[in-house]
Amino acid sequence: MTALAEGGARTRAAEHVSRAAGESRPVRYLVGAVCVFICVLMLSPIVLSFVASIKSPDEARASPPTYLPHSFSLESYIKVFEFQAGLWTYVSNSLLVATLTIVICLGLAVPAGYGLARFRMPFKEAWFIILLAPLMIPYQALLVPLYLTFSKVGLANSHLGLAMVHVILQLPFSIYLMRNSFESIPRELEEAAKVDGSNSFQTLRSIFLPLAMPAIVTVALFAFIASWNEFLSALIFMNKETSFTVPVMLVSVRSGKFGAVDWGSLQAGVILSILPCVLIYLLLQKYYVAGFLNGAVK
Amino acid sequence: MGDAGVVRALRRNAGFLYVLPALAFVGFFVIWPLIQLVQISLTDTSLLGGGKYVGFENYSKAFEDKAFWRALWFTARYTVFITPVLMGLGFALALLTSANRPLQQITRGIIFLPVVIGIGSSSLLWFWLFDQQVGLFNKILVDIGILSEPAVWFTKVDMALIAVIISITWKVIGFGMLLFVAGIQSINGEIGEAALIDGGNYWQRVWYIILPLSLRVILLTTLISVIGSMLAFEQFYIMTGGNPRGQTFTSVYWIYQNSFISFKLGYGAALSIILTIIILVFSSLQVILSNRSPSQ
Repeated sequence: MTALAEGGARTRAAEHVSRAAGESRPVRYLVGAVCVFICVLMLSPIVLSFVASIKSPDEARASPPTYLPHSFSLESYIKVFEFQAGLWTYVSNSLLVATLTIVICLGLAVPAGYGLARFRMPFKEAWFIILLAPLMIPYQALLVPLYLTFSKVGLANSHLGLAMVHVILQLPFSIYLMRNSFESIPRELEEAAKVDGSNSFQTLRSIFLPLAMPAIVTVALFAFIASWNEFLSALIFMNKETSFTVPVMLVSVRSGKFGAVDWGSLQAGVILSILPCVLIYLLLQKYYVAGFLNGAVK
Repeated sequence: MGDAGVVRALRRNAGFLYVLPALAFVGFFVIWPLIQLVQISLTDTSLLGGGKYVGFENYSKAFEDKAFWRALWFTARYTVFITPVLMGLGFALALLTSANRPLQQITRGIIFLPVVIGIGSSSLLWFWLFDQQVGLFNKILVDIGILSEPAVWFTKVDMALIAVIISITWKVIGFGMLLFVAGIQSINGEIGEAALIDGGNYWQRVWYIILPLSLRVILLTTLISVIGSMLAFEQFYIMTGGNPRGQTFTSVYWIYQNSFISFKLGYGAALSIILTIIILVFSSLQVILSNRSPSQ
């Protein structure tokens, strides 16, 4: 978790503060206890959900509920795996949309960031503002015209269509991040490449891309998480059972077959759906937090 | 212009050529739909056809639509209640965890964790926790003596609102916290030592130094949070379904309901325009505020 500290942190200064606070030992213990309490509080919903998912279905729907499982069963998971078209259908829908989102996002944001950071051009800042404009317009408001257009050109119910909507969400942040990243690369490197006779595209490939890797990873990471989690446009655009993404599938898991909620399967589904995001966050926290702090409050 | 001329022209505009695909995308998928949105809002388009020009009929209908006003009002109420909770609690957690000791860093990491999971998943998780029959949140509240029996959370507007606010606070509290932590840490780096010399206890320093200097970050985070709350949809769609009796529809939910459940796309477009204008007020404030600031 050390990465969270790197958001402009200065350990020495922070230590000063605690000393300046006149933090005596009891205060330190109190702060520690509060921290532990909050950790338990924040983790408990996920832990409880996981516990419910490995109870037997009967126990999962018992009222009053049990805290600790009296039984162990993977039946809820098996039910989710076999839900309607099969879990794999929905996971592969989600993965395909997320992959397309990442590819399109990078395909647009990397060149745009490069152009904005490294070239002189008329109206540069005006173009930049237009590229950031989607931040000001809620994508929720664009869904009606997008739906009508997509239905006409065959992008409704298509992975590509949904990915396009997800790109709208991610593009401003991605371009902003790529521009900053390319701007921070020293000029000398670029000039050396020019002397070698490389054109601007070769310079981008051989000099800039490797150095901008952290930003590229961050863009891909955010695009994946946003796309994997996005609900509203997936609900509207993917209206055929077999084209559901995971979040939309989860809602229909809840609706169940005969109106009764299958609580065990629902929690198994919740756990499976959050797993990729949690893993990515734990493994790539450094990129995630850096991107978050760079992009959220511009 | 010969081949050499073309090459030279390309060279001179190379920068723009790199930007062009992204510009085209924004043109096709944001600006063009926005223009279409205005057009559609002036017609009686439905999912089943239509498309006749009706002038401002949809707008005058919107102004008389009690359900739309109720949805706007409910969204505003939700925003007004949840924003202070998110900002206040977020700032308190930031103060608690801003030091870079291992325990604080781990706490920060755990508080932030729900931010990365989907709002659909988290809403379904809390829908279960709040359930009267099988919900463990109810059981915990009963076992520690806060409730005498499991509550029914989603049949009364106020209870439903509280339940959604609890679940969303859990989900997004780490967002504000992390931004505040970054703000506090940069202040401590610059001012910390000066304040140390001046003495003064911890709370005085929070009140006289950290809080005033965090004002810009707090304002920006508040705006981001307000915009997010004004566009709330998933948490209500999943947890309340707009019930009881349509009293927990938010603006976006009401637009969704009109456009894609009742098929009234023209009307939905008019409502979308009204919502966009409301959001623009907040997002332009945000842009002004972030441009005027010294970069972090």
